[in-house]
Amino acid sequence: MPTTHDIDTGGKAPALEARGVSVFYGETHAVKGIDLAVPANKVVALVGPSGCGKSTLLRCFNRMNDLVTAARIEGTVGFRGKNLYDDDVDPVEVRRRIGMVFQKPNPFPKSIYDNIAFGPRINGFDGDLDALVEQSLRQAALWDEVNNRLNDSAYALSGGQQQRLCIARTLAVKPEVVLMDEPASALDPIATQRIEELIYELKKNYTIVIVTHNMQQAARISDYTAFLYMGELVEYGPTDTIFTNPREERTEEYVTGRFG
Amino acid sequence: MVPSAPDLSFRSGRNRNERIIGAILFLCAALSTLVTVGIVGVLLTQSFAFFRQVSVVEFLTSTQWTPLFQDKNFGILPLAAGSFLIAGGAAIIALPTGLLAAVYLSEYAAHRTRRILKPLLEILAGIPTVVYGYFALTFITPILRSIWPETDVFNAASGAIVVGVMIIPTVASLSEDALSAVPDTLRQGAYGLGATKLEVSTRVVIPGALSGILASFILAISRAIGETMAVTIAAGNLPNLTLNPMESIQTMTAYIVQASLGDTPQGSLAHQTLYAVGLTLFLITLSMNVVSQWILGRFREEYE
Amino acid sequence: MPGAEGPVGPRTDGGLGGGQRPRDRRRHILGDVFAVVCGAATLVGVVALAILLFDVVRDGVGQVDLAFLTSFASRFPERAGVKAALAGSVWILGLTALIAFPISVSAAIYLEEYAAQNWITRLIQLNIANLAGVPSIVYGILGLTVFVRALGLERSIISGALTLSLLILPVIIIAAQEAIRAVPDSIRQASYGLGATRWQTVSRQVLPMAMPGILTGTILALSRAVGETAPLIMVGAVGFIAFTPSGLGDQFTVLPLQIFNWISRPQDEFHVLAAAGILVLLALLLSMNAAAILLRNHYQKNRN
Repeated sequence: MPTTHDIDTGGKAPALEARGVSVFYGETHAVKGIDLAVPANKVVALVGPSGCGKSTLLRCFNRMNDLVTAARIEGTVGFRGKNLYDDDVDPVEVRRRIGMVFQKPNPFPKSIYDNIAFGPRINGFDGDLDALVEQSLRQAALWDEVNNRLNDSAYALSGGQQQRLCIARTLAVKPEVVLMDEPASALDPIATQRIEELIYELKKNYTIVIVTHNMQQAARISDYTAFLYMGELVEYGPTDTIFTNPREERTEEYVTGRFG
Repeated sequence: MVPSAPDLSFRSGRNRNERIIGAILFLCAALSTLVTVGIVGVLLTQSFAFFRQVSVVEFLTSTQWTPLFQDKNFGILPLAAGSFLIAGGAAIIALPTGLLAAVYLSEYAAHRTRRILKPLLEILAGIPTVVYGYFALTFITPILRSIWPETDVFNAASGAIVVGVMIIPTVASLSEDALSAVPDTLRQGAYGLGATKLEVSTRVVIPGALSGILASFILAISRAIGETMAVTIAAGNLPNLTLNPMESIQTMTAYIVQASLGDTPQGSLAHQTLYAVGLTLFLITLSMNVVSQWILGRFREEYE
Repeated sequence: MPGAEGPVGPRTDGGLGGGQRPRDRRRHILGDVFAVVCGAATLVGVVALAILLFDVVRDGVGQVDLAFLTSFASRFPERAGVKAALAGSVWILGLTALIAFPISVSAAIYLEEYAAQNWITRLIQLNIANLAGVPSIVYGILGLTVFVRALGLERSIISGALTLSLLILPVIIIAAQEAIRAVPDSIRQASYGLGATRWQTVSRQVLPMAMPGILTGTILALSRAVGETAPLIMVGAVGFIAFTPSGLGDQFTVLPLQIFNWISRPQDEFHVLAAAGILVLLALLLSMNAAAILLRNHYQKNRN
C-alpha cells in the first residue's frame, strides 16, 4: 500500500494532511488508514467507484462525519499544524474554515440574499453585509445573473445557478479550504462546465478537494488525483501521472473505464 | 515555514449556551416520562391503601359493586363487564365497518373521492365525546325504545352504538395505513394471474396487512374501553353484571366520573375506589396499547 | 367446482369476448357486490356524521342567539346561556397552548435533533407513544391528585389547563416530530457545513421550515383539549358558574362541561340548551380546524 507520494507542495506546508485516517460505521470499515496531503491552492480530486469511501474521507476534512452518530474516526487530520481531531477542537470552528459544497444544490428556502448572509450572520459578521454578499456572488460568477433579484427565493434559480449560489454561500464565510462532494453530478453539461470554470478560478485563493465520479472532470480540473478503492488509497499523485502513467494496475483499469 | 496554528478551540460562551439549550430540551423530553411516573405512582400508592382494606380476591371476584351503599361490596366485575359490553358492541359495529372502509379507501376509491372522504372521517374523529353522548341519549335511545319498548332509558346498546361510530375512524385510518403498506408488486403479481379486485383485496392485500389491521382493532377497542362521556351519558350509572345491552349498566370510566362528582371525603375507602378502578382501567388499556404497538412494530419489519 | 366450468369447446374469441363462463360471471358479480359493500361501509361514518349534525342543528339552532352567548347559566332554561362556559373554554385553550406548546416542541426538537440513539431515547419515545393511548379520564385522576390536592392549586382554571396540557403533550410531540423529520437533511448539512452550531441550525433553518406542520398539529391537539370533558370533571370544573374567570385561581366551567350538565337534567328544555351549547362548541372547533387547514394550504402553496 503506498504511503508516500511524490506530491510537490512547492516548499509550502500542505493545507490539509490526513495521517492514518480510518472511519468505521458500526461494523463497516469505510476508510482504511489513509495518508494524504493536500497542497495549498491546488485542486485535489478524489476518485473511485461508488462506495470506495471517497465521500466519507472528504467529510473527515471538516468533521461532518461527527454528525453521523454511528461513525467512529481514527487517525489525525493536520490543518496548518493543528490536528482537527484534538480534544480541544470545536468542529463548528473547523467547518467555518473548511467549507463544503454538496452533491445536490441545497439552498435554504429563503431569498438569494439571505442564503449568502446566513453564514456571516451566525459568525457575528459586523461589516458591510451587502458588500460581502456581492463579493461572494461575484466570486461564484453568479452576480450578473441575480443582482437585480436578490430578494427572490433561491428556489426560483435553475439547478446550476443554485449550485453556484451554494458555492457563493460557502465563500461568504471566508474559508481557507473548500470541500466539494460531486458538485456537478446533478447538473446538465452546460451548468457543469460553468462550475468547472469556477473551480479553476477559485484555485487562486482557495485550496479545493473535490470528489467526483467523472474521470474527464477530474482530468480537466484537478492538479492531483487520489484513487480510492474499497476504503484504501490505491494511488495518489499528479493528475497527469495518474491518468497517463499510473503505477498501479487497478488505477489504470479504473481511469480508463475498464471497471467501476 | 509553518504558518501559525489556527485557533479552533471551543468558544466558551457559545459552547456553554449550546449545552444549556441541550439540557433544557432534554428536560422537556424527560418530562413526558415524569407524566407516566406520576400516573403510575398516583394509581399505585392510592390503590395500595385501598387494597389494605379490601382483598384483591374480593376485588376481582365479587359480583357486586356497591361502595357507596350501607352494605359495601367491592367487586370490579360489574364495572369491567359494563366496559367490555360497550367495547364488544362497539367492536361489532366498528371493526367490520372500519376495515371495509379501509379497503375501499385503499383499493377502490379514486384519488378525488379519497380526498373528500378522509377529511370527513377525520371530522368524525374530532367530534367531542359529550356530543356523541347527546346524540345517543336524544336520538339513538328513542329509536331503540320505539323498536324494543322494554329498553331502559339508559342502556348499554345506545352507548355501544355511538362508541362504535366514534372508533370507526381509528380502525379505518390505521387499517388503511396497513393496507397501503402492502407492496404494489404483490397486487400486480395477483392481477397478473387473472385475479379480480375482490380476490386481490381479500386474498392478497388483507392477509398481507393482517398484523397492521389487528393492531388497529386492538387500539380501537382500547379506546372504546377508555371512552368516558358518551357512556356516562347514554349507558347509565348502574353497576350491573349483565350481557343484556338493553339494560342500564355502568362502565369503569363512568364510575370514576360518578365518584369524583360526589362528595366522598378524601382518604375514605369510598374515595380510594376511584384509584383502584383507575388502576384497573389503566392496566387494561396500557396492555392493549403495548400489544398493539408490538404487533405494529413487527408488521413494519415485514415490509422494510 | 369443475362442474360449473361451462362449455369446454373450441373458443373463437380467445376467451376474451362476451361469452363468459358462469363461474367468471359470478366472480365479477361478487366483486361488484364487494365494492358496493366497501363503499357503503365508508359511507356509514359519513352518514352518521350527517345525522348527528342534523340532529343537533334541528334541536339547538333556534336557541342560539346573542342572548345565549352573553348570558350565564340559569335555573330557568329561557334565561340560560354559555357566557361563562365559552369564556372558560377560551381561557383553557389559551393556557393549554401556552403550557403545552413550548414543552412539546422542545421535546420533539430534542428527540429529532439532539438525542443519541440509546436506551434513554428509546424509553422516552416508547413512553410518549404509550401516553398517547392513556384514557383521558386517567389524566383527570392525575390532575385531581397532583394539581388540585398535592400542589394545592384547588379546583381552579390552572389545574384544568395543566391537566389538559399533559393530556395533549404526547399528541403535539408526535406531530412536531413528524414535521421536523420532514425537513430535508440537506438543509441541516448545508447549515452545519457553514459552521452553524446545532442550535443555530435548529432555530434558524429547521424550525422555520417545520413550523407550519407543528402549528397544524398543535391546533388539532388543542381542539381535542377544547372538546374534553372527563378530565375537567375530575379536576373540579363545575357546571354552574355565574361569572367569567379573571385569574388562574378562579373556578371555571367549559363548554363541554356545561353541555354535560344540561344533558344530565331530565327536562327537555335543558336538552335544547345542550344542543345549542354543542353548536357553539362545534363552531369553535370548526374555526380552529379551518385555521389549521388554511395554515396547511398556505404552507403547501409557498413551498411550490
